Amino acid sequence: MIPLSYYLVLSAILFTIGVVGVLVRRNAIMIFMAIELMLNAVNLSFVAIGKHLDSLDGQVFVFFVMAVAAAEVAVGLAIIVNLSRNKETINVDEINIMKW
Amino acid sequence: MDLVIPKIDALSLCPELVLSITAMLVLLVTVYLPKGRKDPAAYVGLLGIFIALMSLTLLWGKPRYAFNNMIMVDNFSIFFNMVILVTAALSILMSITYLKEEGMSHGEFYALILFSAVGMMFMTAGANLITIFLGLETMSISLYVLAGFLRDSNRSNESALKYLLLGAFSSAFLLYGIAFIYGATGTTDLKGISEFLSRATYMKDPMLLAGMGLLLVGFGFKIATVPFHMWTPDVYEGAPTSVTAFMSVGVKAAVFAAFVRVFSHALWDLQPDWNQLLWILAVLTMTLGNVIAIAQTNIKRMLAYSSIAHAGYIMMGMIASNELGTSSILFYMLAYAFTNLGAFGVVILFGRKGEGNLDIEDYSGMGFKYPVLGLLMAVFLFSLAGIPPTAGFVGKFYIFSAAVKAGYIWLAIIGVMNSLVSVYYYLRVTVMMYMKDPVKDLEGLHWSPSMIVALIIAVAGTLLIGIFPSPYLDLAKQSVLHLM
Repeated sequence: MIPLSYYLVLSAILFTIGVVGVLVRRNAIMIFMAIELMLNAVNLSFVAIGKHLDSLDGQVFVFFVMAVAAAEVAVGLAIIVNLSRNKETINVDEINIMKW
Repeated sequence: MDLVIPKIDALSLCPELVLSITAMLVLLVTVYLPKGRKDPAAYVGLLGIFIALMSLTLLWGKPRYAFNNMIMVDNFSIFFNMVILVTAALSILMSITYLKEEGMSHGEFYALILFSAVGMMFMTAGANLITIFLGLETMSISLYVLAGFLRDSNRSNESALKYLLLGAFSSAFLLYGIAFIYGATGTTDLKGISEFLSRATYMKDPMLLAGMGLLLVGFGFKIATVPFHMWTPDVYEGAPTSVTAFMSVGVKAAVFAAFVRVFSHALWDLQPDWNQLLWILAVLTMTLGNVIAIAQTNIKRMLAYSSIAHAGYIMMGMIASNELGTSSILFYMLAYAFTNLGAFGVVILFGRKGEGNLDIEDYSGMGFKYPVLGLLMAVFLFSLAGIPPTAGFVGKFYIFSAAVKAGYIWLAIIGVMNSLVSVYYYLRVTVMMYMKDPVKDLEGLHWSPSMIVALIIAVAGTLLIGIFPSPYLDLAKQSVLHLM
């Protein structure tokens, strides 16, 4: 039996990789994938904690998160496709019409 | 592990159900309407909102849990739902002509506004972190699409992308916070969390504190408190103006409702921990919002920074965390809804296709050319600045007095000083309207009936609440009475 802390540490590492990915990457799709990695890191936590506490809430939550992530991807990719049609770039550094 | 099949208590969800069905109906109706003439879809949506508002009154005063403690229907959520429904209705009224002018009159717009409102309503009624998360996402995903609704406009696209990336990024933080809270307390039920915390002796569980911090980041992103506010001006500037109006009020109302429920109730035993944090965030939010707003030349951007500042004022009510504090949040939200929607309404009416007439300079001489419109804008700006006899003044008065009553004298002083700073940039627009000569041709404003109705409702709300505040304050006080 692997202790809970192992899962939590792995999940924290994955989450951090996701955060770093969002901050470092410049391609909108890569940023989006990094966000998905963050969400999946959280899912891992939920499943592990749910198993540890012997409660179903965590497992159920993961299904909701997956559904929400799928919806977000559908909308997100549509926005990115539309943007690339108008601007012919998905580099977030070049998407800078508005700034203070 | 046992799974209880929840009892279906459809009545408790009546407003949400009505609104969801209306949204689907709008999608159906719009298919049968000729291109470019989608007004009837908007009217169907308005009818649905009206029925939902009526059904809210059925639930008033009977607090109850529904769906296996996933939903909490109490006066608190009903009050916020009322604000959200009014916001949605006014935004739809303001959108009808605006969308036609932009050549984007599609029925889906109204459906998305309604779906987003449903998400907001679930957030306010959430008694479980799952419901709150799902409500938040339903709201946000619809708003991502709405922000990019003018699909040929580069600004609108950019606004949608920024909102999407940062919104999804912040939801991941919120979600991680929920996971930590779940790990520390063993439940996602708000009541369960508060019961666990009142029983627990060892409060400094790092997992719990980390969870609380991450939740604060997640909520902070959505209501645009200062370290997490960078997306706000860009998104508000680029999004279609009627969507900006809807976002600036609706999202704030819904997220503050969930924020209060989670922090002031479920995490009440951690209050000494989060109170200090919120104090700093509120001061930063107010000050930075107001100071940067001074430098803005675009009116939508200025209103975006002003909305950041208002989020700071509202947080003062949470910090006060007494009964007056919570009821003043509700009152402020109501006042802010009418005022801000009205101000954005004038911006929409005065604006031109594309990016026309959005600079503060363009307002020069507008007060003489269109006396009524100028007067309306002046009333809304006075209310935002907090000058009597408008709703904004009374709202600020209650928030500040709640802070003083709870002993946060310095916070109240900083708040009042910020209010003074804000008068400068709100009055600058008024000065432009009345004391400068027009810099460009101001012809060609066309008043549409729906916009007139929306502006009348907004100005009536602003003045009525400002002159006779007590019935609304009583309403707000009753709303927090049976909280949880």
